Amino acid sequence: MSELMSDREIDRSKMHVGSEVAIQIANMNKWYGSFHVLRDINLTVHEGERIVIAGPSGSGKSTLIRCINRLEEHQSGDIVVDGIELTNDLKNIDKIRSEVGMCFQHFNLFPHLTILENCTLAPIWVRKTPKKEAEEIAMHFLEKVKIPEQADKYPGQLSGGQQQRVAIARSLCMKPRIMLFDEPTSALDPEMIKEVLDTMIELAEEGMTMLCVTHEMGFARQVANRVIFMDQGQIVEQNEPEEFFNNPKSERTQLFLSQILGH
Amino acid sequence: MADQDNNSIAFVATEVIPESPPPARETGVVKWLRENLFSSVTNTILTVLALALIYLVLKSTMPWILNGLWTTSSLAECREILDGTTGACFSVLTERWNQLIYGFKYPVEEYWRPNLAFLLMLVAIAPVLFFDLPRKLLIVTALFPFVAFWLIWGGTILAPLIALIGFIVAGAFFQKFGRNNFALGFFGAIVIALAIWSIGGSMIPEGASENALLPAVPSRDLGGFMLNMMLGLTCVSLSVPLGIALALGRQSNMPLIKGICVVFIEFVRGVPLITLLFVASVMLSYFFPPDATVDLFLRVVIMITLFSAAYIAEVVRGGLAALPKGQYEAADSLGLDYPQAMRLIILPQALKISIPGIVNVAVGLFKDTTLVSVISMFDLVGMIRGPILASTEWNGVYWELFGFAAALFFVVCYGISQYSQWLERKLHKGH
Ligand SMILES: Nc1ncnc2c1ncn2[C@@H]1O[C@H](COP(=O)(O)OP(=O)(O)OP(=O)(O)O)[C@@H](O)[C@H]1O
Ligand SMILES: [Mg+2]
Repeated sequence: MSELMSDREIDRSKMHVGSEVAIQIANMNKWYGSFHVLRDINLTVHEGERIVIAGPSGSGKSTLIRCINRLEEHQSGDIVVDGIELTNDLKNIDKIRSEVGMCFQHFNLFPHLTILENCTLAPIWVRKTPKKEAEEIAMHFLEKVKIPEQADKYPGQLSGGQQQRVAIARSLCMKPRIMLFDEPTSALDPEMIKEVLDTMIELAEEGMTMLCVTHEMGFARQVANRVIFMDQGQIVEQNEPEEFFNNPKSERTQLFLSQILGH
Repeated sequence: MADQDNNSIAFVATEVIPESPPPARETGVVKWLRENLFSSVTNTILTVLALALIYLVLKSTMPWILNGLWTTSSLAECREILDGTTGACFSVLTERWNQLIYGFKYPVEEYWRPNLAFLLMLVAIAPVLFFDLPRKLLIVTALFPFVAFWLIWGGTILAPLIALIGFIVAGAFFQKFGRNNFALGFFGAIVIALAIWSIGGSMIPEGASENALLPAVPSRDLGGFMLNMMLGLTCVSLSVPLGIALALGRQSNMPLIKGICVVFIEFVRGVPLITLLFVASVMLSYFFPPDATVDLFLRVVIMITLFSAAYIAEVVRGGLAALPKGQYEAADSLGLDYPQAMRLIILPQALKISIPGIVNVAVGLFKDTTLVSVISMFDLVGMIRGPILASTEWNGVYWELFGFAAALFFVVCYGISQYSQWLERKLHKGH
């Protein structure tokens, strides 16, 4: 895994953690029916933080980050994103969603629209950006993820790695303040993993606040300033990557790390 | 493995294999015949049997068709000329052509009006069917219902004008307020439209239709294939949007809306269309204010529309269910609100999946318009069963008349089905 990682030096000049709170989760609980998926989650994310969430399958990682933009509803506790509290108020939810970008494991591009239309759709309809300007923004971000030449193709004509980069560009076109990633590389072949991770690293270098669910421990080591380990719906341990990998405190973390790294 | 291969497991390609054209396909009629019609004994037997069947059918029908007469003025005269030989009396079609197409009461000197409406219809539906045409043509589409109404029914131009104004004002209201508050815009627009129609309607003077530019033609004078086309087009274009709305309603999180949609769909699907038509012809007037004489045509349109909307709703629901959940989530996560997500992301894809099903319902609906002959409306079949077959001249010309009706419907329905296949191919975008 780590050998796939970027060989270049990471530019840390802009990667500083601000003092402003971007996401504040307090005593949050969630159930699916009677199944307690998330148990008493407390998490504060500051502006510019890059957080990697790790944990075994079914531990509730996806559910946690999906609660942040209300793709899932929590039943108790508070979530405050960018100063806005997540309640049932649809206005607030749409507002938060337009400030929080999300990338999915299976990309979820809109297959009936071209790459460019995928990227301009939300700016035009949600931000009311004029079409021309939205297209310029979209081309800017497509260049950034290094596929401007695909702008007029349809998603079905692109490789997995390219699709995921389009998905990242699509989120960036909304100029979000926070980006959520749910296993963005786990549906990809190794070669494509690298191109997507490189894109994410670049994003981190520009100071984006990021929450990534990922099994790419190399990425966590290089980019994250905090690693969170979840098990059975609970945050079991969190620490700086160096400490987290070299000196895990909890037994469950040790077991997980030995399974994922130690072969 | 041979000995000398033992140390050659490692393999390195030393040269790049050049690109070469695919092998040429063998062609030729004889080869095609042999491969497709006579490839095995069973296949050969089936081929021979099929050919024999085709021969028998043609042998018995071709003389009848080719020997047919087109110019006699009655069945008796036709029989006399045929003098015992096989032959069709197609002259019933030429002699009663106007009745078959326009019904028997539509004033002859006004036939140009439905004809013009028909031509306008071709222009109006073109931009809906073919997206590559300039979008400006949609203005024709939007105006068509009002123009066509005025052309076909005639009478005062105020009626379609007020209807049009109602739609425009309601649309403008929705544009202005619906963006921020969908419910306010939507229900406000409905209230405004109803208000304009009732106020405007009461302002039309009593005898406005009497000396109108186009003489008024009452609904009961409509008939023939024209009536089938009018019912088919009106009901299809009304029931598609209604069906979509019902399908979305059935998916809704709001229990009341969902409940209403489910009950409506299940009820209508469980009732034969013919009973709904009887309800339309005799009973529906109970639901309208006692002094309002709601036109039979309108009542029938309502019933057929409701009926096919329920079916279309189920087809669209299937399309909605076939979309991966990720599409909804991606639309949500970008901050699109519900109407935007539906209009821009979900429906374009769901409707594309639903095209074959919707076309199926549309074809069925068009053919079912002939059922109105049962409630004594004189559509194509009603004309044939009633005035034409009952006349002394043409009593007994079944094959020619019903064959003609079948052929007319076949042409239209086959056209619709070809269009839908073309559309599916066109919308296919490599996924
Ligand atoms: N819609 C749902 N209804 C009921 N249970 C669900 C639902 N979605 C997820 N779960 C359950 O909730 C738990 C947490 O799911 P989640 O997807 O958050 O896990 P995860 O940590 O992301 O796992 P993975 O690494 O496999 O993606 C799992 O046990 C799962 O079975
Ligand atoms: Mg997951």
